[in-house]
Amino acid sequence: MYAQFFHDTIAKLKSMSIKVKFFARLREQFGVSELSLAADQTHTVLQVWQHSTQQPTLGLNILTAVNMQYVAADYPVKDGDEVAFFPPVTGG
Amino acid sequence: MQIRISNSDLDPYREIQQYQAAQTHLAGKYGATTVFIGSMREMNQDDAVVKMQLEHYQGMTEQYLQGIAQRAIDKWGLLDVLIVHRVGEITPDDPIVVVAVWSAHRAAAYEANRFLMEELKSHAPFWKKETLANKQTRWVEKNTPGYSS
Repeated sequence: MYAQFFHDTIAKLKSMSIKVKFFARLREQFGVSELSLAADQTHTVLQVWQHSTQQPTLGLNILTAVNMQYVAADYPVKDGDEVAFFPPVTGG
Repeated sequence: MQIRISNSDLDPYREIQQYQAAQTHLAGKYGATTVFIGSMREMNQDDAVVKMQLEHYQGMTEQYLQGIAQRAIDKWGLLDVLIVHRVGEITPDDPIVVVAVWSAHRAAAYEANRFLMEELKSHAPFWKKETLANKQTRWVEKNTPGYSS
């Protein structure tokens, strides 16, 4: 019974997070490609940025995506989402 | 439709030939094929570039490219689309991207190919880091505005 309780609690805690990714110049600047944030501290993409980088504002040319779709900085973020920040893209 | 990110040497002509040969639905139907191949130059912004590291956002890049390929198919009634893009370390003259479009007539094939390349360059999550002749490295961050008809 306790084992089940702990199993459920751990599963719940694991899911209560937001995955944050940084690419290219931002990854080098922050020295991290991926981190996890508690979902209860964050409500928008901008707040995810503020919590994970300790920087108040999002640079004008920084692109933002939630669950691999481009979104604006005021987009709401929920438990389990993947939020990505990256500089201008330069493929092709 | 095929979208592929390649971490190793890319032979665009072979990619096109092999893909087309495998698409039996194309036989007798296509009247036009347009091909765009993007390659690495030895100069960028007046500096000699000796190599380049290409990275992408695995998952989002493929999803984005599939999205624009489907939009092009729907808008221009294309028969098929192939997009292959390199990642990893490349040197001048190496191919970076191949976009091939098959359609009944040339107008759709030309326009759809241009749409795909402009949308890829302006929005697909790829990044380039150049190593210059003097050993300095720099991220390329100059973007292009995207497709306009």
